[in-house]
Amino acid sequence: MKTYNKEVLYGLYNDEHDMLKAIREARAQHLEIWDVFTPFPVHGLDNALGLTESRLHISGFIYGAIGAIFGFGFMTWVFTRDWPIIFGGKPYFSAPAFIPITFELTVLFASVGMVVTFYTICGMGPGILNPTLDDRITDDKFCIAFDTTNASEADEDKLRHFLNGSGAAEIDTKNI
Amino acid sequence: MSASVSPIRNPLVTGNKSYHDITEDICSPTERTPTPAWVLTFILAVAGLALYVFCVGWTIYVGIGSWNLNRTIGWGWDITNFVWWVGIGHAGTLISAILLLFRQKWRTGVNRAAEAMTIFAVMCAGQFPLIHMGRLWLGFFIFPYPNTRGPLWVNFNSPLLWDVFAITTYFTVSLLFWYTGLVPDFATVRDRAKGVRRRLYNFLSFGWTGSAKHWQRWESLSLILAGLATPLVLSVHTIVSFDFATSVIPGWHTTIFPPYFVAGAIFSGFAMVQTLMLITRKVLNLQDYITLEHIESMNKVILATGTIVGVAYLTELFIAWYSGYIYEQFAFYNRVLGPYYWSYIGMMSCNVLSPQIFWWRKLRRNVMVTFVMSIFVNIGMWFERFVIIATTLARDYLPSSWSYYTPTWVEIGLFIGTLGLFGTLFMLFTRLAPVVAIAEIKSILKDGGDQYVGPEVARKKAAETTEAH
Repeated sequence: MKTYNKEVLYGLYNDEHDMLKAIREARAQHLEIWDVFTPFPVHGLDNALGLTESRLHISGFIYGAIGAIFGFGFMTWVFTRDWPIIFGGKPYFSAPAFIPITFELTVLFASVGMVVTFYTICGMGPGILNPTLDDRITDDKFCIAFDTTNASEADEDKLRHFLNGSGAAEIDTKNI
Repeated sequence: MSASVSPIRNPLVTGNKSYHDITEDICSPTERTPTPAWVLTFILAVAGLALYVFCVGWTIYVGIGSWNLNRTIGWGWDITNFVWWVGIGHAGTLISAILLLFRQKWRTGVNRAAEAMTIFAVMCAGQFPLIHMGRLWLGFFIFPYPNTRGPLWVNFNSPLLWDVFAITTYFTVSLLFWYTGLVPDFATVRDRAKGVRRRLYNFLSFGWTGSAKHWQRWESLSLILAGLATPLVLSVHTIVSFDFATSVIPGWHTTIFPPYFVAGAIFSGFAMVQTLMLITRKVLNLQDYITLEHIESMNKVILATGTIVGVAYLTELFIAWYSGYIYEQFAFYNRVLGPYYWSYIGMMSCNVLSPQIFWWRKLRRNVMVTFVMSIFVNIGMWFERFVIIATTLARDYLPSSWSYYTPTWVEIGLFIGTLGLFGTLFMLFTRLAPVVAIAEIKSILKDGGDQYVGPEVARKKAAETTEAH
């Protein structure tokens, strides 16, 4: 089990709209949210939290380009330099016949590369166990979490008060 | 925030479900002891798998001579089965990728099982070219690996090699797409489990927490994978059709093959999804998630693609006549009226005529009719591949080498065996993984749940407004 060495104060909400409202409220009050956990991708959550757009698709483009260049380049090298053979009277460099494999390799590199990148940057993978705050977060609870590791008692009270006032059904702290 | 209520759109989730109900309904089949029906089906499937292992062993031990292929008919049941299974393996990615891009929300009910079906069907498909090689242990020769013979490379201009790349890429991408979708749902199962099961799902869920940033990346990844899988799924069956279309055999050498194969693949894939989902929803009690709405939508796809396939059959006949090329004309005359006329009749009646009953809404929404039809389509599409492969080869340029082909018990056993392999994998899947995408169903609940949308809700709302005035 991995650990963040953090003390976390969190509130569980029963509905995603209550949670979204609370997030907007917290941001208006300049409270720093550590993370938000939801059972499914909630529409509008990125905007409410002010998350920047994921750049995963850029990496996908780069991997795909590598796959395309590698596939086309390799076949060209084999058939024009390494071992030229005439197949069915076609020229050595018969580009149209290279397209299907080039396409497949583009897709393969882009997909595999993006998936590996995704799991790496999210800190996930087979056998990895990240700490969770509550088992019901993957069921029907929506969680807003604050990092209170170095927070003063007054700050913590303020956060607790905020969670209470914004409709959190349950409030708790946990060391993770 | 109130969802806009459309009076014409029917709900996609029925039974007034809450988020917790969804978790409960979809996770519970993986948690309780298997029902007798499951055990019985599983035993049957494993028996099929055993038959498969035996027949593969026999083929390797005795050699390809244990099949009835001959000099004239070099491709028989094996390649027919290969194309049939690959075709079936198209619906999963179509549902999850193309319907995701088109924002068709009904896909959420069936995409998980359809993708699983895709992966298992492609696994079955891959078996046939491999055992067809005869010397299975030299199978790695199809990959361009550095070797001590030059190195001597594979022929990158050959459609058969394109097929190798297409099928392996398709399998890999489908698997990644499916598993990435499964990770959050495995986490849901994990957080409900105890003991050994908790440890198993700890491993399978990859440490998923449900953090907002992870969801954002997950959605971005799903969208891009869908964007990549869409042309991929079209390319795969196009390339399978190139196996035939780039040859110079009359009856195979036609430019209509790629679109016609792709339409046929979607057609047979949806039929197999129907066959599986109709049983699964009944056995696992998922009628609230896989509703008549879903079944009707898929039947519409079956009707459309079946009709496209029918047009393609007729176009082929017309073009053969119109070409004025006697070998082409003979090939198609022979296809309809030759020694394999019975398979042409089977293909035409199952694929083109019978799906026309889906013009009637009542029949599209009838579970029993749909089930019978899905079996018809599965059979019809198998016939289609047999028609293309065997009838064409049986009557080639030289009348002296004309031949007729019937399979041996080994070939029949291999086909039934792959059904066993497929069944075993699918039954295990229904035990281990949530059969419906939990997170995705939850995300459409407020646009698709029967307490939020549909004619009923619209009527109620309208009544409330009139009362208020």
